Amino acid sequence: MTAVLAVRDLKKSFGGIVAVDGVSFEVEEGEILGIIGPNGSGKSTLFNCILGQLRPSAGEVRLDGRLVTGLRPCDLNRLGVSRTFQLLQIFPQLSARENLILAGQEHRGGMLSRLVGPSDAGLSATADRMLAFFRLEHLADEPAGGLSYGQQKLLDAAMAFMAGPRLALLDEPAGGVNLTMLASLRDRLKAMNVEQGSTFVVIEHNMEFVMALCHRILVLAEGRVIAAGDPQQVRRDRKVIEAYLGD
Amino acid sequence: MRGGRRRLVGIVLALAAAFLLAAPFAFRPYGIFILTMWAVMTIAAIGLNLTLGYAGQVSLAQAAFVGIGAYITACLTTRGWPFWSTYLLGGAACFAIGWLLGHPALRVQHHYLAFVTLAFNTLVYLMFRNEEWLTGGIYGISNVPRPHLAGWSLNGPREFYYFCLAHLALVALAAWWLIRSPWGRAFVALRENPLRALSLGVDTRRYTLMAFALGAGLGGISGVLYAPLVQFVDPTPFALGLSLNLLLMVVVGGSGYFFGPFLGAMVAVLLPEWLRFTEGFYLMGYALLVMVLMVSCPTGLIGLADRLTRRTSRSAADVSVARPGAAVQGEGAR
Amino acid sequence: MADVVQLLVAGLATGAIYALVAIGFTLLWQTSQTINFAQGEFVMLPAFFVLIGMSHFGLSFWPSVALAAVVSVVVLGLLFKRLMVDPVIRHGVLPLVIATIGLAIFFKEVVREFYGADAQPFPPVVAAGDMTVLGIAFAVQSLVVLAISIVAVVALQLFLNGTRTGRCMQASAQNPTVARLLGIPVERMILYTFLINAALVTLASILITPIYLAKFTNGEWLGLYAFIAAIVGGFNQVRGAIVGGLLLGVIDNFAAAYLSSQYRMAIPLLILIVVILFRPQGLLGRIEERTV
Repeated sequence: MTAVLAVRDLKKSFGGIVAVDGVSFEVEEGEILGIIGPNGSGKSTLFNCILGQLRPSAGEVRLDGRLVTGLRPCDLNRLGVSRTFQLLQIFPQLSARENLILAGQEHRGGMLSRLVGPSDAGLSATADRMLAFFRLEHLADEPAGGLSYGQQKLLDAAMAFMAGPRLALLDEPAGGVNLTMLASLRDRLKAMNVEQGSTFVVIEHNMEFVMALCHRILVLAEGRVIAAGDPQQVRRDRKVIEAYLGD
Repeated sequence: MRGGRRRLVGIVLALAAAFLLAAPFAFRPYGIFILTMWAVMTIAAIGLNLTLGYAGQVSLAQAAFVGIGAYITACLTTRGWPFWSTYLLGGAACFAIGWLLGHPALRVQHHYLAFVTLAFNTLVYLMFRNEEWLTGGIYGISNVPRPHLAGWSLNGPREFYYFCLAHLALVALAAWWLIRSPWGRAFVALRENPLRALSLGVDTRRYTLMAFALGAGLGGISGVLYAPLVQFVDPTPFALGLSLNLLLMVVVGGSGYFFGPFLGAMVAVLLPEWLRFTEGFYLMGYALLVMVLMVSCPTGLIGLADRLTRRTSRSAADVSVARPGAAVQGEGAR
Repeated sequence: MADVVQLLVAGLATGAIYALVAIGFTLLWQTSQTINFAQGEFVMLPAFFVLIGMSHFGLSFWPSVALAAVVSVVVLGLLFKRLMVDPVIRHGVLPLVIATIGLAIFFKEVVREFYGADAQPFPPVVAAGDMTVLGIAFAVQSLVVLAISIVAVVALQLFLNGTRTGRCMQASAQNPTVARLLGIPVERMILYTFLINAALVTLASILITPIYLAKFTNGEWLGLYAFIAAIVGGFNQVRGAIVGGLLLGVIDNFAAAYLSSQYRMAIPLLILIVVILFRPQGLLGRIEERTV
């Protein structure tokens, strides 16, 4: 069965600096893949290359076997790939529900159909369900800027799932979230994976979070994959320990 | 709290509507003329508010579109063409040119975009002034007729005023509907965070071009009404000054607020006439107001009112808020 | 041939004036993200200060100029920064642009209302006359303007590159955070750029007003030329402003002489559009990287 996401020999250099140096991996359907690595290992650059924010210097990205390298983020999104950003990027002026409607509205139909169709693009119900799933329904009409940081993180994750994406790439979803919220976030992501069969790739620094959530882990250092396997294996791998602690 | 504020807004709107409908019976022809000018300019300001206030694209070219609409109307109607054809040609031409003008916006942002649109405006003005065979040059086109509606002449100041007021109402309704539709949401996303919007599937390229095209189209419609209002079209009104004035109208009224353009046009068009006795000092006062607003409340007069009535919650459906500063944190060109 | 050289020199002379104004404009942008839409009016105003000094205070030309220079530096430098730029810039660049548009209108109206709408003659720095160099007659005025501008620009460059304060100013412009860490009083450095801008526009005013007469509308086109010069040359480089200004002056002069005078303004505008679209960093500028 073709992998949902297949990355082959991806390279990205900025002038003389090689940020991503020949990374290859595959993600199967329904899998949660974690990508960890010390700072500067190229994780975010890798994401940006996969997602069309940056143009890779070499290599290819395939979605369900189909070549998608270098497509614009909005086109990738319409093919079913969504993402969250490291720096939280919700829309503070819009209400929580409006944020979710926005996240889902560009998927069906053309631009013109959105002008003449209903003002919520038929997504109010889906948005409410999503809010309920992430336990944010009491904040539906609040401007998103007024939510707590942890709640905003949940909203951000919810936005990534609004269009029921094939593949969600989450960039440090746990960053800056307190312990109780963290448990809630991990629980909701796990549930999304189990109930909807969503496939994720998660970049994270929070070891506990990653180990508990992911089926498989990839370790990046200096732009290269130095280890891959299930959480237990990776935890014991000497190369990984060295990469984090230095030699 | 929210209900109380809603009621207040409703009362103000009702009073304003009553005033607008009854005014022609209390005003002399010149007063009605000024009120009509306010309505026409508000349409152009609503267009610019869409482009700048909602979609965050800086445009200093709006005057050029008003001019294009006005000249097309003047040229056609003085040659006997029916008025409705000028909507199609004037509005559609401006929409198309606006779509084209949006392309620079895909490459550069903010202040660079301001300069490109500024240059475009001045070039168009030069064409108006120099191409005598088309526009009559500095001598302009005179005796622009007023339209008639199914045999009923709209020549009189009162009739033409209601004609323009009806247009304003239609444009306002259309704009309201647009802003509440998914397009409105996409525009806000485009303004607040284009990168994030892109990752959510918003085709920022298309929406940027559309924002320009719609704003320009409305500028054209404004021009189509301007020509029969003043009945003499020459280049001077469509120089950079009007673009700057429209920009001030949008920002002073409240960029990104639905009623911003109405209020801004009032301050720029109506007040100077009603405060005629102040003469040259009015413009000074207006300029001072602009500067003071930018220091204390860059969200404009409506933003000020918003702050003062202390809203507890708002959604995009109520009033879409823009912080001119937030969208434009000056950086180099992309 | 002689015509071409004369046009060239005259173009360089006016271009040098544009360069002075463009340098100030660029400095303000570089150091404090200020886009001064009133820059043209800043050039228009000092000439009126001089005229007021002469007609109302009975001073002769040069003392009047000195007085005007002081007033300009205070009003267009210090007060402008403290009263307008500082409070508004925290809201963003666009509100400041709007505020400076308002300021431009304000200055225009004040001059029109309190001084008058008619164009006023302005005494030139040197008396009119011709000078023959290598068999070609040049207006003395052009040569003097060119000379003064060159001296001013060279002095400025020496200051920016040769003195400690100047280098601190450059550091503040390039990386204010690091500059602060190094103990450089960044705020004061930014103030200096505003004062320098005020001095530059005053000089430009004295040089250009004799040619175009003192009129409250001068700012409109002067500002536009300054913007074009700054952007075409390269918005993040002082050198760019110089090149842009000179280029613009020469092109404008030749266009006026050889092309239709009606579309004279169109050439700089088209150049602006082309540069912004295809080389937004200008002729000499460096591309500003955008972080994702």
